[in-house]
Amino acid sequence: MTVPLGAYVVVSAALFFIGCAGVLVRRNAVVILMCVELMLNAANLALVAFSRKYGSIDERGSVFVIFVFVVAAAEVAVGLGIILSAYRNRPVVDVDEIHQMRG
Amino acid sequence: MISLVWLIPALPLTAFLVNGLFGRRWLGQLTGVIASAAVGVSALLAIGVFLEVVGGRTQTVVSLYRWIAVGDFSINVSALVDPLSSTMLLVVTVVSFLIFVYANGYMAHDAGFYRFFTWLSLFVFAMLILVMADNYLLMFVGWEGVGLCSYLLIGFWFERPEPYYAAKKAFIMNRIGDWGYTIGIITIFLVFGSMNFLDVFTRLATSSMAQGPLTLICLALFFGATGKSAQLPLYSWLPDAMEGPTPVSALIHAATMVTSGVYLVARSMPLFEAAGPSLQVVGIVGAITAIFAATIALVQFDIKRVMAYSTVSQLGYMFLALGVGAPAAAIFHLATHAFFKALLFLGSGSVIHGLGGEQDMRKMGGLRRKMPVTFWTMLIAGGALAALPPLAGFWSKDEILGATFTEGQLVLYAIGIVTAILTAFYVTRALWMTFYGEPRDHHLYDHAHESPRVMTLPLVALAAGSAVLGIVIGFPPEGGFIHRFLAPVVEAAGVADRAPELATIVVLAFVSVLAGLIGIAVGVSMYVRHRPDPAALTRAAGPVYRVLVNKYYVDELYDHRFVEAARAFAGAAWAFDIHIIDGLANRLGWALARGGQGLRRAQTGVVGNYALTIVAGLLLILVAYGGYAAGILGR
Repeated sequence: MTVPLGAYVVVSAALFFIGCAGVLVRRNAVVILMCVELMLNAANLALVAFSRKYGSIDERGSVFVIFVFVVAAAEVAVGLGIILSAYRNRPVVDVDEIHQMRG
Repeated sequence: MISLVWLIPALPLTAFLVNGLFGRRWLGQLTGVIASAAVGVSALLAIGVFLEVVGGRTQTVVSLYRWIAVGDFSINVSALVDPLSSTMLLVVTVVSFLIFVYANGYMAHDAGFYRFFTWLSLFVFAMLILVMADNYLLMFVGWEGVGLCSYLLIGFWFERPEPYYAAKKAFIMNRIGDWGYTIGIITIFLVFGSMNFLDVFTRLATSSMAQGPLTLICLALFFGATGKSAQLPLYSWLPDAMEGPTPVSALIHAATMVTSGVYLVARSMPLFEAAGPSLQVVGIVGAITAIFAATIALVQFDIKRVMAYSTVSQLGYMFLALGVGAPAAAIFHLATHAFFKALLFLGSGSVIHGLGGEQDMRKMGGLRRKMPVTFWTMLIAGGALAALPPLAGFWSKDEILGATFTEGQLVLYAIGIVTAILTAFYVTRALWMTFYGEPRDHHLYDHAHESPRVMTLPLVALAAGSAVLGIVIGFPPEGGFIHRFLAPVVEAAGVADRAPELATIVVLAFVSVLAGLIGIAVGVSMYVRHRPDPAALTRAAGPVYRVLVNKYYVDELYDHRFVEAARAFAGAAWAFDIHIIDGLANRLGWALARGGQGLRRAQTGVVGNYALTIVAGLLLILVAYGGYAAGILGR
C-alpha cells in the first residue's frame, strides 16, 4: 500500500506551521533554532514526497534536500555561535531581552 | 632684418622667463641688467626693421606658425610689418629701453626688484605682440597681455590698499572696454569671415558692405579703444593707476599701452573710413576728452596726477586726429608724446625719488638748484607738451589742429585750441610749483638730491628726442618724413589727403603758438606775480574749483550708478545662491535625514519582531499567489 501524496503534504504543512508558530511564540533562542530546523525539515519532506511521485526521470528534489541539510547544518553552527557569544556577553537566552541592536 | 622680426618680442619674453624663474633666488639686481639688455637688443633690431621698411619693403607678413585652423577659417601667428607697425615697434622698444635703464636706478632699493623687471619684460612682450599682430585675434592676445601686466604693475606695491584698489579698477574698466573689442572682432568674423587685417581690408574694398554692421564694428572697436586709451567714458582708471611705480606710469600709462587704442583705430582706419559716422564719434569723443581732462589737470596737486590727466588729454588729441581722418598726424603725435610724456613722468619720478617719495607739489619748490638735470630735461618736455616751437610737441599737435581746421571741424578746432591754452597753463603751473619759487618744505628741500646717473642719462636721451624728433620727422609740416613714410597706410585707408595751403599752415601754427604762449603767460603771471593770486582765484571760483578738484564727481557718479548697481546685483546673486541653490541641497539632505530617523523605528532589535515580519511577508506572497491563481482559473 502506498501512502498518497496528500498525506505527505498534510504532514509537511503541519510540521511547517508548528515550527513557524514555535519561532514566533517561544522566547528561548535555542528552542527558536530548533523550530527553524523543524520548518526546514517540513520543506524537505515535501520535496522528497514530490520527487518520489514525479521524479521518475531524475531525483532533482532529493538532491535539493541534501543542499538543505548542508545549509541547515551551517545555519545551526552559526546560530549557536551567535547565541553562545551573546550568552557570554549577557547571560540570558531570552531573545526579547536581547535588543541592543535597536535602531 | 625683417625676417628676424620675431626676435624683437622673443627677447623680452626670454628676459621674462629667466627673471621670473631664477630672479628671486639667484639673479637679484642682475634681473634689471638682463631685462634692459634684452629690450636694448630688441630696440636695435627694431631700428633695423624700421630702416628696411623705410628702404621700401612696405608690407611684409612674417608667419611663425598656424594657430587655429577650422574649415575655411584659419589664423596664423604672424607679424605684419608695414610703416605703421614698424613705427610702433621702434617707439615701443626705444622708449622701453630708456625707461628700463632708468628703472634700474629708481627701483634699486625695492624689495620686489626682480618681480618688477619680470613683469615689465612681460609687458613689453605683450605690447610688441599687440603692434606686430597681423590679425585682430592675435592683437587681442597682446591687448589682454598688456592689460594683465598693467594690473600687476599698478598693484606692484600691493601691501598698501590704494595700489590694490587702483589695479582692480584699471583691470575692471579695461575689461569693460574689452567687451567692446570682443563684440567688434566677432562681428568682423561674421561679416568678413576672417580676422586678418589684409583680408578684411581687401574684402572691404572689393565688395559693398552694409553700413549697419560696419558701424557696429567700428563703434565696438572704438569702445575697446576708450578702455585701453583712457577716453571718455572709461578714462577714470588712468589717474588712479599712478599708484604704481613711476617707471610703470611712464612706460605703460603714458608712452605705450595707453596708445594701443590709437593704434587699433589707426590700424582699422579703412573700416572706420567706410563706416559713415564712426569717425565723427571718434573725433568728438577725442576732443571732449582732451578738454575735459585738461580742465581737471589745472587744479591737481599730485605731480603724477597732473601728468596722468595730461596723458588722457593728449590721447584725446590723437583720437581727434583720427576722427578728422589724419592717422599720420595721430601716429606722429603718438611718437612725440611717447618721448615727452615719458620724460615728464621720469622727471617727476626723479623729483619724487630725490624727495624720498613726496608727490605733493605744494611741498616742493625751488628744486631747480638741487636737481639741475631733472629740471632742464623736464623743462624741454614741458615745452614740448605746451607745443612750443621747435620742440617735438609743436609739430605733431600743430598737424592735428591743422587737419581739424582743414576738415572744416571748426568747433573741434576751437576745443583743440582752448585745450592747448589749458595744457600750456597746467604744465607751467606744475613746473613752477616744483622747480621755482621758494622751497615750501625746508626739511624736504634740505634732503633733496639729484638722481644717480643711471636715471639722469635716460632723461637726457628722452629730452633729446623731445627736442628734435618733431623737426626731424615732421618738417616741413604736412610733408615731412612721417607723412611720406605713413602714406601707404593713409592711402590704404582711403583717406583723402587734404594738405592745407602753406599760408594756412603758417597762420594755424601762429595761432597754436599764441595759444601756448597765452597759457604760459597766464601761468607765469599767476604763480610768479600773483596776478591774479591763485589762492584768491580759488576762493572766487569756489563752486567751479570744487567741481574740478573733485574731478567732475565722475568717480562718485560711477560709484552711484554702476558700482552700487553691480554690488546690489552681486548681493542678489549671493542671496539666490545661498537661499535657492544651497537651500535646495540643504533641504534635500534634511529630508533624507528625517526620513532615515523615521525608518530607524523599524529596527526594533527584537528577534520576534523580525520573525513576525518575515512570516507576514510570506503570508502576503501566498495570498497574492493564491489570488493570482484564482484569477487564472476564473478566466
